[in-house]
Amino acid sequence: MATLTVATTDETVARGPRAPRLTTPQVWGIALLSPYILVFIAFVVYPVGYGLWLARHPASYVALYHDPIFARAAVNTLIFLVIGINFKMLVALFLSGFFIQERRWIKWLSVLFILPWAVPSIPTILSVRFMFNPEWGVINQLIFKFTGDDGPNWLNDPAVALTMAIGVHIWKSLPFWTLILITGRLAIAQDLFEAAAVDGASGWQKFRYVTWPSMRTLYVTCTLLSMIWTLGDFNSVYLLTGGGPADLTHVLATLGIRYLRLDQLDLAMAAIVCALPLVLPLVYFMMKRLSR
Amino acid sequence: MKLPSLRDVGTEARLLLIGIPVLIWTLVPIYHMFLFAISPKEDAFAGKLWPDHPTLHNFEIVFRQQHYFLRDFWVQFWNSVVIAVAVGALTLLVATTAAFAISRLRVPGGRVAMNLALFTYFIPAAFLAVPMYRTMGNYGLLNSHWALILAMVTIASPYAIWVLKQASDKLPIELDEAAIMDGATPLQLFRLVYVPLMMPSLVAIGTYALLLAWNEYLYAFLLLSKDTDITLPVALGNFLAADDSPWELLMTTGFIYALPPAAIYYVFKRYMVGGLTAGAVKS
Repeated sequence: MATLTVATTDETVARGPRAPRLTTPQVWGIALLSPYILVFIAFVVYPVGYGLWLARHPASYVALYHDPIFARAAVNTLIFLVIGINFKMLVALFLSGFFIQERRWIKWLSVLFILPWAVPSIPTILSVRFMFNPEWGVINQLIFKFTGDDGPNWLNDPAVALTMAIGVHIWKSLPFWTLILITGRLAIAQDLFEAAAVDGASGWQKFRYVTWPSMRTLYVTCTLLSMIWTLGDFNSVYLLTGGGPADLTHVLATLGIRYLRLDQLDLAMAAIVCALPLVLPLVYFMMKRLSR
Repeated sequence: MKLPSLRDVGTEARLLLIGIPVLIWTLVPIYHMFLFAISPKEDAFAGKLWPDHPTLHNFEIVFRQQHYFLRDFWVQFWNSVVIAVAVGALTLLVATTAAFAISRLRVPGGRVAMNLALFTYFIPAAFLAVPMYRTMGNYGLLNSHWALILAMVTIASPYAIWVLKQASDKLPIELDEAAIMDGATPLQLFRLVYVPLMMPSLVAIGTYALLLAWNEYLYAFLLLSKDTDITLPVALGNFLAADDSPWELLMTTGFIYALPPAAIYYVFKRYMVGGLTAGAVKS
């Protein structure tokens, strides 16, 4: 394909300088860009188009509407995003203030703190899952040792199970967002803090009037980005609870796979299409922000 | 040296009050995994915080594939390596050429391509999984490693292009002009000027794509199914199929699987943090 484009342009060049034509660098540009364009057409345009085509039947949406698991998954997803992510970002904002303190031990702690982000999520999620196993898990073993009572069947309670899935998600991604917010904090000019200190500002006032105004945009961007990505967090729920008990802890990311398993492909796609009104504005907003 | 004042002690105590819970929260799941890996079966299930007889026997069982769940361990490990390396290399190729074309050659439509890539980047990967699964089926690639490699390149390249474009925009245009004055063709410009200057970002992006592929579960689990085709994370997930799974072996395998990416991350940390967060912070 590349050689073909080059050949045609050489002809145009021969035809004369006045005709609108591509310069050699531009031809090379098209040639070098084409691998990505091919990947994009074959593995983004085609699947998305195919998916939308599968989701074209109104009957699928009626079926979804009558499926209590879909409604539950939608609610779970909202809880995950609105409560889980905002909580995570507040903690990250707080911890970023902690990690910029200049102490040798905090430096070392920050190296360890990155671990959850650096290791793959599958083994650690499974590790948490076993920790909370009602019979052999270490948590209930310890409860038994100290109280003589059997511990609760943690993952069998939908509310607890969903909370733990959110917890696993936070465990995994908190270091990343903290790191980003640390970079944001370090970018604030130090003399602003010095000036505030001279004026006798308290710690809270320094945060409120110096740190926060400089970090606000970054913080909001990060929160939105984290929300979009968390919509696609399949592992935290699937490997911890498997969507159970009784399909009560599904989120949209795992629901699609559940329908796929049940061979209800149109429902899987319709469920995703239902999420688009929520996703597309966020995506548009982020694109505006990052494509400058 | 002066003695710390009461105020300093108070500050230090408050910092410790944050630091210690953070340390425990971070390490517990990893320590639990490590504990299982070095415990004999009886100790592991007795709720002990340190085994009476720490052992490397579990590692021996895994390495010698002496368990039903582990009979293809080395094949699966190799699959993970091949796929991760292929994704790293292909993503670098696709993204570097694209970023060079958009940023340095100012190819017509480059901005549109960048926006399309960004759009893909923001679509949650799990949403694309179901149609991607069917697409690979239509292309006849299901159960082939190419399916996973191509899917992961698709997922990794948008961010790669974006980061590389941001980095290339910072290179002075005079460099290109000087090279062109000397009669360099765009290809020479790419090979002799652009790639050497971009090395740190390229290392970061190659590592990013490699780790992304090594860590991927959902796509690997959808696109591959035969025991000798799957990657390690899928094999780990398959342990859950049985009620009497040997947890200590699962945790040992998980530990082995987690070591390479963690090591790579810490070795390339300088590049990763500099190269990858720079983009996210610019807002």
